[in-house]
Amino acid sequence: MRITCPHCGERDHREFYYKGHALALERPSPDAGEAAWDDYVHQRENPAGVTRDLWYHEGGCGAWVVVSRNTLTHEVLGTQAASEARA
Amino acid sequence: MGNLVAKSPCKGLLPLSVGAMSASEVETGAMTMLSPRKGQDGALDEAMRAVHGLGYPAPSGVESAGEARAIWFGHSSVLLVGAEPGQRLEEHGVLVDQSDAWAVVRLDGPGAEDVLARLVPVDVRLCAFPVGSTARSKIGHMSGSVTRVGEASFWLMVFRSMAETLVHDLKSAMEAVAARG
Amino acid sequence: MRIEGKGLIARDHRVSFTFDGVRYSGFQGDTLASALLANGVRLVARSFKYHRPRGILTAGSEEPNALVTIGTGGRQDPNVRATVQELYDGLEARSQNRWPSLNHDLLSVNDLAAPFFGAGFYYKTFMWPRAFWEKLYEPMIRKAAGLGALSGEDNADRYERAFAFCDLLVIGAGPAGLMAALVAGRAGADVILADEDARIGGRLLAETYEIDGKPGHVWAEEVLAELRAMDNVRLMTRTTVAGAYDHGTFAALERVSHHRADRGAGAPLECFWRIVARRSVLAAGALERPVAFRDNDRPGIMTAGAVRAYLNRWGVAPGKAVTVFGNNDDAHRTARDLMAAGVHVAGLIDSRHDAPEVQGVHMIRGGQVCGSTGRRSLEAITVRRAGGEERIQTDCLAMSGGWNPSVHLTCHMNGRPAWRRDIASFVPVAGAIPGLRAAGACNGAFSTAGCLREGAAAAVEALEDLGLKASEPTLPAADDTPYALEPLWAVPGKGRAWLDFQNDVTVKDVKQAAVENFRSVEHMKRYTTQGMATDQGKNSNVAALAVLADATGRGIPETGTTTFRPPYSPIAIAALGAGAEGKGFQPQRFTTSHAATVARGAPLIEAGLWYRPSYFPKPGETDWRQSCDREVGYVRNAVGVADVSTLGKIDIQGADAAKLLDFVYTNMFSTLKVGRVRYGLMLREDGHVMDDGTTARLGEDHYVMTTTTAAAGEVMKHLEFATQGLHPEWDVSLCSVTEHWAQFAVAGPKAREVLNGLLDTPLDPQDWPFMSCGAVSVLGVAGRLFRISFSGEEGYEIAVPARYGASLFDILVKRAEGLGGGPYGMEALNVLRIEKGFITHSEIHGRTTAYDIGMGGMVSARKDCIGKTMSQRPGLEEPGRECLVGLKPVGPDGRLLAGAHLYRKEAEAKRTNDQGYVTSVCHSPTLGHMIGLAFLADGPERHGEIVKMVDGLRGVTTLCEVVNPVFFDADGGRMRG
Repeated sequence: MRITCPHCGERDHREFYYKGHALALERPSPDAGEAAWDDYVHQRENPAGVTRDLWYHEGGCGAWVVVSRNTLTHEVLGTQAASEARA
Repeated sequence: MGNLVAKSPCKGLLPLSVGAMSASEVETGAMTMLSPRKGQDGALDEAMRAVHGLGYPAPSGVESAGEARAIWFGHSSVLLVGAEPGQRLEEHGVLVDQSDAWAVVRLDGPGAEDVLARLVPVDVRLCAFPVGSTARSKIGHMSGSVTRVGEASFWLMVFRSMAETLVHDLKSAMEAVAARG
Repeated sequence: MRIEGKGLIARDHRVSFTFDGVRYSGFQGDTLASALLANGVRLVARSFKYHRPRGILTAGSEEPNALVTIGTGGRQDPNVRATVQELYDGLEARSQNRWPSLNHDLLSVNDLAAPFFGAGFYYKTFMWPRAFWEKLYEPMIRKAAGLGALSGEDNADRYERAFAFCDLLVIGAGPAGLMAALVAGRAGADVILADEDARIGGRLLAETYEIDGKPGHVWAEEVLAELRAMDNVRLMTRTTVAGAYDHGTFAALERVSHHRADRGAGAPLECFWRIVARRSVLAAGALERPVAFRDNDRPGIMTAGAVRAYLNRWGVAPGKAVTVFGNNDDAHRTARDLMAAGVHVAGLIDSRHDAPEVQGVHMIRGGQVCGSTGRRSLEAITVRRAGGEERIQTDCLAMSGGWNPSVHLTCHMNGRPAWRRDIASFVPVAGAIPGLRAAGACNGAFSTAGCLREGAAAAVEALEDLGLKASEPTLPAADDTPYALEPLWAVPGKGRAWLDFQNDVTVKDVKQAAVENFRSVEHMKRYTTQGMATDQGKNSNVAALAVLADATGRGIPETGTTTFRPPYSPIAIAALGAGAEGKGFQPQRFTTSHAATVARGAPLIEAGLWYRPSYFPKPGETDWRQSCDREVGYVRNAVGVADVSTLGKIDIQGADAAKLLDFVYTNMFSTLKVGRVRYGLMLREDGHVMDDGTTARLGEDHYVMTTTTAAAGEVMKHLEFATQGLHPEWDVSLCSVTEHWAQFAVAGPKAREVLNGLLDTPLDPQDWPFMSCGAVSVLGVAGRLFRISFSGEEGYEIAVPARYGASLFDILVKRAEGLGGGPYGMEALNVLRIEKGFITHSEIHGRTTAYDIGMGGMVSARKDCIGKTMSQRPGLEEPGRECLVGLKPVGPDGRLLAGAHLYRKEAEAKRTNDQGYVTSVCHSPTLGHMIGLAFLADGPERHGEIVKMVDGLRGVTTLCEVVNPVFFDADGGRMRG
């Protein structure tokens, strides 16, 4: 698997650490309520198709990267620095 | 009581020659991590040019001026090597002394590319990685930095504590490449 | 038997080798198989299950029978295909799966018991008694069935792994691959041409085809010369591209030194390549399929293409009176080539009634070989034809059921090949592997001209994708005869007709599977073992599913194929794990005091990747406890020195540095004064404790955070996530400074005295209260000092740039020794912290909360932080939770064991009575008995209660008193000084 780091270009997946869905970027406010926090911390979709997830370029430049990819075809549709995805 | 005696990371491990290739420790002088403060990227670049005569390198790039090199080192940092950072830089960037944090090994000789092909999962052939290119990647199992400093010369950097493993991995790869002839 | 003047071997270079101890000779350029055939050796192996005598079936890596063991001891390679092993002087090969010898294999009784060993026999026979499976049946089956064995010794060979990158990877160097590489190379593309063979040319080496009026192998040599002259083309021979993976990544195995008597003399035996290609051309050719008929596995029966290969490439006639049996025109070439070489062809049997006539041979059209006879090798065949059966004396039968395109790689990413009726074969579906195009025989193009044409076209298309201009190549002239066949999978009749030679699967087995309702091809495969193991159905797959299709009344395309999985041919684990054994397993991290530590004879303990001293033994000490107790004494009574450089140190700077710390720690850091240090607790977002450590404020916008040794990387990742992912608007920069500083703990009543000797300004206790920090000058070197304590004594951590670490350690230790102290290791460090009730990852093991460790009050009510909301879930704070306590055995000799569980004093030690567990224990030399830290239900309310500790594994039960986890100096007076 190859992931295009927004800084370093295309790299082998061995350089990356996988976190999970990019939902982790959408941290609720402290008073958002139990359901919102449960969703944020625990609930994840397992889509057969396009998903967005977070990878950390740990063996590279240290950037957190949002990767859009298709879980069926393994196609990587695009990548973006997490700092940009949020902004 | 005596004085504190300095010891370099690869002391006793290098230099090393295998076939026509060699590995040697680089005495780099000062190494400083520079990170632009929020919104100060341009200003830091200007300050670097004014003080050191080199700019903030583009990703995967290196800027040099005389002995000084600015090596792109991460998503928001460069490593200034071989020059004490000017005070002016502090206004626009965060400076962290890294002079003792990294083992820096220079790999020279025909076959250096082949050696790195056994250690680094990045295309380091001259056509893809010309002189002045740098990559943060893995060297064996270690996170490191690879910079091409000449047609057949590279700088390899890993954390100081892993110097012995770097030399071990490098030596194995050099021997295997050399034995193939 | 060699045929003069034929073959591409070096006749002037004779080499000597042995097989089962018998000495033979061959030529350079031979494979072990060709040399054995040239020497008339026909029986080379015993089959997997029935121990039937087997010979050489093929001439390539698909060989199912001729598996041998090469070498001995640490260099023993089992299951080497004789058809792939290049001959070298001194090669020693041995047959496998036989006892006592190949000729007299006692286990061939299995063949007589064959009626009991059909499909599914394991499942039916060895059902009960259940206990017999592990003790009796399995060991018995393993002994009787199988392949070669490992020596059990350490592998003495060197292996390596490497990465390669290219624009275009061409897999296979036959006519299609050579043409593709040529077109792409000429266009300037960065090309890798890989072929499993030692010699470039593929099928051209085995045939008498002409290209541009020259023998095919001559044309291949000319193309090779041109490719060699291009510096944009890399040739990788002896390299099998074994797997196709995501995004243009391919796995390939290069056999670097298997063909060398000296095993490469320092060069690796094998290299496992990961090749990343922007585009690829699969030109893997095709494999010939046998025809199933009774006793078609007798040595001497080979595929027709293999017979041609031995004849044309190696100058070997595999028999004196050869017969040919096929269902297609291609098989006729074998008869023609043999006759042209002067080999007697005793018959050409073509199952087609309308097969074209071949002159000069006894030809039987519409005939089928329905049996064979011979003792350990072929002596005669029986042909069923219109009007009866005919027996033909023959010592070699060349059979052909047609050719299967090598579609394997196109199936590695879930692609399913498509059936082509005209060639009765599966062909790749375009796009099955993104960026890969199949060309030539692997794509169903069986003529030489077709291969050249498709190879060129695939390259032109790939170049277009790559944005490179390709000039339309002029195709060399070559044979373009269409390939005609009429499917014939299995000749009907009694007896056993073999489909899968390697796994001993017959037509009957497949039919039996269908009868027992294993109708899906995947079920049939697993029930019969057809196409399993290293073979992956290369020889048998299509024929077996054709038989299944017939048995289930379906067509072949509806029946479908099983999935071809990587690797295409076997890869040694040693190659996959190359370089990762011994010191290559994982990096070793050494502190600057490592050499001094080793010199003092300290045993090392691994902490993550770091190596730290357990203890520093002194002469006369016979037990680690003696050393440990002495070192604890240093710290409690004089002074101890320990290297703490392995703890993670993260430099945090920027206008929002304080905000970040408030966000990642439960407690406040924005209120910390410059020059002071505070203990911080870090939670995961789910509310459990992630890590702890001290953080020092060096300036208004400048902090240095300390993490535990083990969690340094995880914490860095966490902070990067918080800054990049959650608050990219903050002005804050992170930098690991763990490696820049060598840091030593100096602890004990005489700690200040040690330091004062080397600080340029002596320490004034007024300026350096507990939890203060600042810059110091250490013998003229700029350093940092932190007054913190993990021992409960007056303690400092002194840091200097790492280049001075070794030197500073020596000086500190010498000074400490002068004051009745010395260095201490991890064992003493652990005792000191347990005596003080300080936690480590033994306590914050990922399932405990701040509340559990008695730090619930540290979760600030005044701010949000990561993990705060979830830590307040009712279940994480409710009564009954297991919370941190101290344990003290009731008697002075009571043993405590980490991992043991706690029960009420009177309760039975069973799961439902479980009250908690012990996390850390030690013998406290300070207190004179064992102490422990534990988690106990409602623990803090139970101080004084006697509970029962039970270690079921080690059979230890101890009554303990529940106490405050701070065993020593509970008010902290000693460390405040």
